[in-house]
Amino acid sequence: MTGLFSNWRIRGGVHAEERKTSTATQAIVTDFPLPKKLYIPLQQHVGKPAEPLIKVGEVVLKGQLLAHSQGMISAPVHASSSGVILDVNDYPAPHPSALPIRMIVLETDGKDEWLQTPDIGDPFQLPPEDISLRVGAAGIVGLGGATFPTAVKLNMGRENRIDTLIINGAECEPYLSCDDRLMQERADAIIDGVRLMLHGMETHSAVVAIEDNKPQAFAAMTAAALPYPSVKVVQIPTRYPMGWDRQLIRYVTGKEVPVGCRSSEIGVTIHNVGTAYAVHNAIRHGRPLVSRVVTVAGGAVQRPMNVEVPLGTLIADLFNFCYVSPEKTARIVMGGPMMGDSLPHISLPTVKATSGILALTQSELKDTDEQPCIRCASCVTVCPAGLRPLDMANNIRANQLDAAVDIGLKDCISCGCCSYICPSNIPLVHYFKYASGEVAARQQAQHKSEQTKRLMEARQARLDRIAQQQKEEEEARIAAKKERDRLKAEQEATV
Amino acid sequence: MMTHNKPSSGAHVGANRSVRQIMWQVMLALSPATVFGLWCFGWPAVFLFSVTLTSAVLFEAFCIRLKGKAVKPVLLDGSALLTGWLLAMTLPPWAPWWLGVVGAGLAIVLGKQVYGGLGQNLFNPAMLARVALLISFPIEMTTWANVSPLFFADSPSFADSLGITFSGLQNLDAYTGATTLGYIKTEFSQHRLLPDILKDYSAVLNFIGWTRGSLGETSTLLLGLGGLWLIRQNIIQWQIPVSLLMTVALLSGVFHLLDSDHYVSPFLHLNSGAMMCVAFFIATDYVTSPNTATGQLVFGAGCGLLIFVIRTWGAYPEGAGFAVLLMNAATPLIDHYIRPRIYGRDRKGKPLEIPKP
Ligand code: SF4
Ligand code: SF4
Repeated sequence: MTGLFSNWRIRGGVHAEERKTSTATQAIVTDFPLPKKLYIPLQQHVGKPAEPLIKVGEVVLKGQLLAHSQGMISAPVHASSSGVILDVNDYPAPHPSALPIRMIVLETDGKDEWLQTPDIGDPFQLPPEDISLRVGAAGIVGLGGATFPTAVKLNMGRENRIDTLIINGAECEPYLSCDDRLMQERADAIIDGVRLMLHGMETHSAVVAIEDNKPQAFAAMTAAALPYPSVKVVQIPTRYPMGWDRQLIRYVTGKEVPVGCRSSEIGVTIHNVGTAYAVHNAIRHGRPLVSRVVTVAGGAVQRPMNVEVPLGTLIADLFNFCYVSPEKTARIVMGGPMMGDSLPHISLPTVKATSGILALTQSELKDTDEQPCIRCASCVTVCPAGLRPLDMANNIRANQLDAAVDIGLKDCISCGCCSYICPSNIPLVHYFKYASGEVAARQQAQHKSEQTKRLMEARQARLDRIAQQQKEEEEARIAAKKERDRLKAEQEATV
Repeated sequence: MMTHNKPSSGAHVGANRSVRQIMWQVMLALSPATVFGLWCFGWPAVFLFSVTLTSAVLFEAFCIRLKGKAVKPVLLDGSALLTGWLLAMTLPPWAPWWLGVVGAGLAIVLGKQVYGGLGQNLFNPAMLARVALLISFPIEMTTWANVSPLFFADSPSFADSLGITFSGLQNLDAYTGATTLGYIKTEFSQHRLLPDILKDYSAVLNFIGWTRGSLGETSTLLLGLGGLWLIRQNIIQWQIPVSLLMTVALLSGVFHLLDSDHYVSPFLHLNSGAMMCVAFFIATDYVTSPNTATGQLVFGAGCGLLIFVIRTWGAYPEGAGFAVLLMNAATPLIDHYIRPRIYGRDRKGKPLEIPKP
């Protein structure tokens, strides 16, 4: 699958400098010192926030349910270590705004004692629904960054008769290597997780796709998958954003997911390798998702590494451990440098979505001196979604947001290729995110004013109805009174 | 509206190619042909080149100052220099100095700044200036110097050259003649036929550039190599040059096969520095060409068609500039109709159908 033949399946994209070697060549560090306090947000997933079950002062064990999921699309949250609940309150979120969201603060007791769970025997004897139930109860969400509740996807898979499960091992973002290391070191567990997912979705074939810049991971995964004909491991070209699910689906299956559809509607579901690993842990060992491997890298990090940390660990603790130099740090990025967001400070927790934390120096960053667009069309060439970023940016600058929507703003996946390539340093993605937010806000405002209008009308109608009723009652009363008077008069007359 | 000194969204890293680097790489690709041209046509060419580039930069600085912006960063992007350079390449090498100044003024002020500066112009500034000059000063713009390289005994001396550029020597005829295409055109009007006209045509000399022509547009070889290097460097895409050259070759091939007495062979069309310069350096201008690959193919083909028509039947044998300007005008239209297909949608923008199993 090389050359022209495969080319039509990959569109756009860039070949970003990888900068992965500093972390990809060392084993995952597992002896991260347990932090004194963990800040566990109630929302670490797409959907509704979880609802806390515990009270302040309660003593919990590692893996104990802290907050249960709410509604169709949601995920529960568990204690990442044993200890005492200190607080349930609003704290700054790991988000560029650092706006407060609800978190559970856990003071660890240092014992890191697991909650005991009953052994379930051979999970392949369980009914498929049971697998998704358990995955849901373990709080597993897409660990590639999308954080969509995995159980919901498994259910959709079962309902839609999926024929291919794709496991995303592309890890196409520069710097990040947590999936790479996970595949190298825990291939058997991942393949087991994949098979459990297949069982849970009642699907019979899985394809693990790994970029060809990770030969060791590929070798380890191939070896682990060897006994299982249902799991195939393939290499894919290294090209950002190969890990964009829709790009990967097109590359692996040749099918394109229509806009507005889920991939399950065309018979494909995609999960990340980290998710498969979490599924293995949940089903085989009864352990919910309470930790993850995080890449800590960047020019300002003196000990770059992949490290397994309990969820809720403050980035500050992580940085201490990795010797991050604050003077050299020009920007802190959560996630990869292409799609990740910059964080205002480091007193923010790591969450399920945190694949990496980067401390970048000035020289690693893209220049910010913006120049006029020279219409070089590079952004059009690299856009994997087939958009025209320069025209959208022009529309947004002229405040014609509707025009930007018309030419595809909503199809933008914020992959960052256009910003990456732009020789004029135009912050295109910044424009697009701003505009999308604005459009959503306007729609909401309109929705709200419509709703207000509807409410007003309903109230008026109610008042009118009441007035009408009162009038009718009044008339009825008057009529009744007249009738009574008449009857009385008649009676008097007859008497 | 927004501050992005500390952008919150990606990409946080970037390809390290700035506007300035792009401009300089294009100039680098132009330099072999330019140096060769300067050498071929001697001191007058050197003077004209310097005057044109200097005035382009000064005009740019003047406009930026008028707008009340900082001059230095804008000049540093190199775009004004490149525009001046491209214009100078297309001027007759012994043209008087004021032609360079007027041309640079037209290119920078009328061709670029009135539209709002870099990236806003509809027409290629250098071509706009060149065509305007051609219409306004037909004599000066079609007086082609003989090849008279620097440091050759019968080339004009430094002092004579100053005279040629700055005070317009009257007796130029002894040193000048017509370009190949111009010559063919005049000889046709004398009812001569091609095989006869082209008795003295040397393909090799034309290929190297040892021939009469514009200051930097004589060498097929050097301009072609410069262009290929730009493609290799990924500064320009192959679509425009290839479709332009193929169209010219195809059309001229068909006509040449039908009537080889009156229609020049594709080989002669393509073996021309001017053609290479247009195909690789002028038509590929980012600002004034379409921004999709398909659009670029259409644009290149359009340019090729018009170049062939103008060269063959038009009044200006070196009229590639007109062709490019006409296609520049069509660029917004091409970009409007030829768009990339959005992922998950059909060409019209409707979501794809879910394939039936
Ligand atoms: S990459 Fe930048 S300069 Fe080039 S066309 Fe796009 S927005 Fe303009
Ligand atoms: S961020 Fe949006 S517009 Fe830019 S390349 Fe990615 S999908 Fe295209």
